[in-house]
Amino acid sequence: MPGLIGKKIGMTSVFSADGKNIPCTVIEAGPCIVTQVKTVDNDGYEAVQLAFDDKKEKNTSNPLVGHFKKAGTTPKVKIVEFDEFEQEFNLGDVVTVDGIFEENIFVDITGISKGKGFQGVVKRHGFGGVGDSTHGQHNRLRAPGSVGASSYPSRVFKGMRMAGRTGGDQVKVENLRVLKVIPENNLLIVKGSVPGAKGSYLIIEK
Amino acid sequence: MDLLKVAQEAFKSGKELPKFSSGDTISVHYKIIEGNKERIQIYKGVVIQIKGEGTNKRFTVRKMSGNVGVERIFPFDSPFIENLEVNRIGKVRRARIYYFRSRTGKKARIKEKRV
Repeated sequence: MPGLIGKKIGMTSVFSADGKNIPCTVIEAGPCIVTQVKTVDNDGYEAVQLAFDDKKEKNTSNPLVGHFKKAGTTPKVKIVEFDEFEQEFNLGDVVTVDGIFEENIFVDITGISKGKGFQGVVKRHGFGGVGDSTHGQHNRLRAPGSVGASSYPSRVFKGMRMAGRTGGDQVKVENLRVLKVIPENNLLIVKGSVPGAKGSYLIIEK
Repeated sequence: MDLLKVAQEAFKSGKELPKFSSGDTISVHYKIIEGNKERIQIYKGVVIQIKGEGTNKRFTVRKMSGNVGVERIFPFDSPFIENLEVNRIGKVRRARIYYFRSRTGKKARIKEKRV
């Protein structure tokens, strides 16, 4: 899928023409730099590798410094591969928002969700909790309850949903409508929410 | 934060409301859509407070409807506000005149500011 790498700026809400208050997320998308063009001859598949957001050279490993030098650019934080672009790209080309996205198209956005720490089953898996003092519990409203039968199978089945570390996973949200593209500031405004904290990196695909 | 403001600016309708502050008596011409009919309702009352910032900025207008006090909150950016008139500039010392809620009758008067 063609796309860009972006950074979450934050959320706000805007009024639409028909008076609805629409929640929206503001994303700084690009400008990305083409750091590698993969071809069938060379790599077995076609793709364009894009890089986004500067970082210091002393914080970059030597192999990567060489990789960026080849494309004629400074070291970047995030590198992602995209494919099926309409236009042809060469090494070192700059890809901006207005070249890829336009208003009212739908995009898929991938990000790393906010870490929630060690959470119980109600928050983590959406268990209902037990409102009553029955089913083996008397004072715990949010406990998971029974995790299986007794002598047979004498064990807890694999994959039983239990409490644990929550969030911090890769999450993809599909079909977010693009409300506006502001090329001067490289901004992309989509309807709805997007995974991750403010300032986290996002992969935006068409 | 700055980029967020840039985004909010981009959606502005460009409609400017006249300046007013708490204690002023204003009439809000509010568009109401019923089915496919549109009409304008005029809501007149005293501004109790102005709250929020950016797209979230809104004002509260209080009026007496018979014996019952009614308060309505309008967003500044609402596309339903057709027009806004400032009828009377009030002289108050506070930005949020919550004390006005407990006043009735002759006590519920605000001195007019001469300009």
